[in-house]
Amino acid sequence: MAIGANWNGARGFTATSGPGISLMSEFLGLAYFAEIPLVVFNVQRGGPSTGMPTRTQQSDVLACAYASHGDTKHVLLFPADPKDCFDFSAKAFDLADQLQTPVFVVSDLDMGMNDWVCEKFEWDDTVSYNKGKVLDYEALEKIESFGRYLDSDNDGICYRTYPGTHPEKGAYFTRGTSHDEYARYTEDGNINAQTLTRLMRKFRTATDLVPEPIIEINGEDSCGVIYYGSSKPAVLEAKDILKTKNINLDLMQIRSFPFNLDVWEFIANHDRIYVVEQNRDSQMRTLIMAEGGISAEILRPLVHFTGDPIEASYIVNKISEREVNYKSHKNIKER
Amino acid sequence: MSFKKPINHHPRLEVNQLGLTRRDYEGAISTLCAGCGHDSISACIIEACFQLNIEAYKVAKLSGIGCSSKAPAYFLNQSHGFNSVHGRMPSVATGANCANGDLLYLGISGDGDSASIGIGQFIHAIRRQINMVYFVENNGTYGLTKGQFSATNDLESKNKYGEDNLFKPIDLASMAIQLGASYVARSFSGDRDQLIPLIKGAIQHKGFALLDIISPCVTFNNHDTSTKSYDYIRNHNEAVGKTDFVPLGEEITTSYASGSSVEVNLHDGSKISLEKVNSKFDPTDQGKSLSYIREKSEEGKLLTGLLYFDENSNDLHETLNLTKKPLNQLTQQELCPGEEILKEINKGLS
Repeated sequence: MAIGANWNGARGFTATSGPGISLMSEFLGLAYFAEIPLVVFNVQRGGPSTGMPTRTQQSDVLACAYASHGDTKHVLLFPADPKDCFDFSAKAFDLADQLQTPVFVVSDLDMGMNDWVCEKFEWDDTVSYNKGKVLDYEALEKIESFGRYLDSDNDGICYRTYPGTHPEKGAYFTRGTSHDEYARYTEDGNINAQTLTRLMRKFRTATDLVPEPIIEINGEDSCGVIYYGSSKPAVLEAKDILKTKNINLDLMQIRSFPFNLDVWEFIANHDRIYVVEQNRDSQMRTLIMAEGGISAEILRPLVHFTGDPIEASYIVNKISEREVNYKSHKNIKER
Repeated sequence: MSFKKPINHHPRLEVNQLGLTRRDYEGAISTLCAGCGHDSISACIIEACFQLNIEAYKVAKLSGIGCSSKAPAYFLNQSHGFNSVHGRMPSVATGANCANGDLLYLGISGDGDSASIGIGQFIHAIRRQINMVYFVENNGTYGLTKGQFSATNDLESKNKYGEDNLFKPIDLASMAIQLGASYVARSFSGDRDQLIPLIKGAIQHKGFALLDIISPCVTFNNHDTSTKSYDYIRNHNEAVGKTDFVPLGEEITTSYASGSSVEVNLHDGSKISLEKVNSKFDPTDQGKSLSYIREKSEEGKLLTGLLYFDENSNDLHETLNLTKKPLNQLTQQELCPGEEILKEINKGLS
């Protein structure tokens, strides 16, 4: 439904949790390939399957990042508190329209259902919606022929039209089958490869549009910590406690996928980084390793997946234990 | 591949009130099998739109996956089309329809799409009364995957390889009547005279209009032992009576004997006139209509024509009291409550 509404120029979204992402993955692939804006809120809960539907986890990171069959990649936003959820919601609609692709706001049950203390929501009345590249009647009048998937600006993002705009120009056929620049069905493998390559170009354009990470550097011999989402309060508290034990942490809060340059710089500047996550498989770590070719030794999983929100004491214990080991046996291998 | 048709045509082709010829309502050249019923349906859609002076760019064509779902590429070139995922065109159509009620929505589907994978979506599109014309190009077979039985195939029917169908069929028309569709018709792709007025009536109707059209698959389901072949349908088709579409302001000129016709009013003031053949049948009575379809089915007959009609139905826009202005034309001022309202909400929370 949300895809149909967005196709028709409205701003449509849907809110779900992990099972909804699994169920609707075919549609997510369609929206990705046919380039239809869409906003999806995923309030993650305990998986897999029906799992622990009343508990919290961060275990849908990979399911969202690569949702659907075929080569797909999606834009993800990771809010860390209800204020972020509010701000990222508005941001997600602009991004979806600008990039003409699904955008996920990846929250979790802890933020979605528990009471949180956060900053007051604010709205800037001077900001206007960004509806992206849409040709209206006047714009269509000026052009000779319309090609829905022509990359005229070389940023991977093409111009679209809403149904019912112009009597003679701008109509096209939206399809999930391979298509050429004029939205016509094609079985020419080279043309399809060009489309997939252009979609990667678009994904690279997205790196400049999504929220950058929040980085906090705390001294030269610090170890790095990567975290995201609702782990934030626990990580910040753990940082303060560990400081009293002479363990300094440099922090990076990831707020979006695709990762931008700041993320890679932070990783390059540290020899060991704990990746704090509320899932078993350290999914964000996998995503970073896959996307950046980062060595497994640098990124060390620090996972918590009981379904209860992660606590500072848990992080403190895990990091102090491993830092003591690290310092006594510099080359010890994690897991 | 899709192939465009040549643009040159005869200079004296008939034009409609918009100054358009039938050629202006055509699409790309069909890649379906020669003789496919679906192409006849496309031709009837073209004719109906031509006669009703429809502005093609105000039409949205939506489909799922399957042979039938390829058909929107073969008519109304100036309309936006949307070939979505298997069986789930109704949800896309629902969202699109809510976003802009000004367009005419033509949903093209097949029996695989609507009676199997998408049956849940099909049901809810009816229940919500999406204002659309929903075509089921029904051939009782999965043509695109080489002829497996679909859920609308009859129990006694055999496939091309001689195997029996072991399951009873789902009758989408009866199901739609039960679920409250406000316009339900069944027809045959080979009966242009019946189909065109039914399409025209469905287009002018406000609410969910189902056209269950038996459309033989010449390649996989047109043999002697099939109940969805051209020959079988021609021999077992029983029309509820002749159907005429009467445009707004025109006199009814059908030649039925006096007292033997039923007229139903469409929302725009045009009418559908039906020849009454049997007192047991009344297209405005759900119960009578359903039992007559069943009775004929037990006699081995396929009842065609306008099977049910409710002229007092509401569509989804009315039920939900949606804005008349299409959502894509609403301005930010109309959509965004702004900082002042947010402050009020924050106050309420403190």
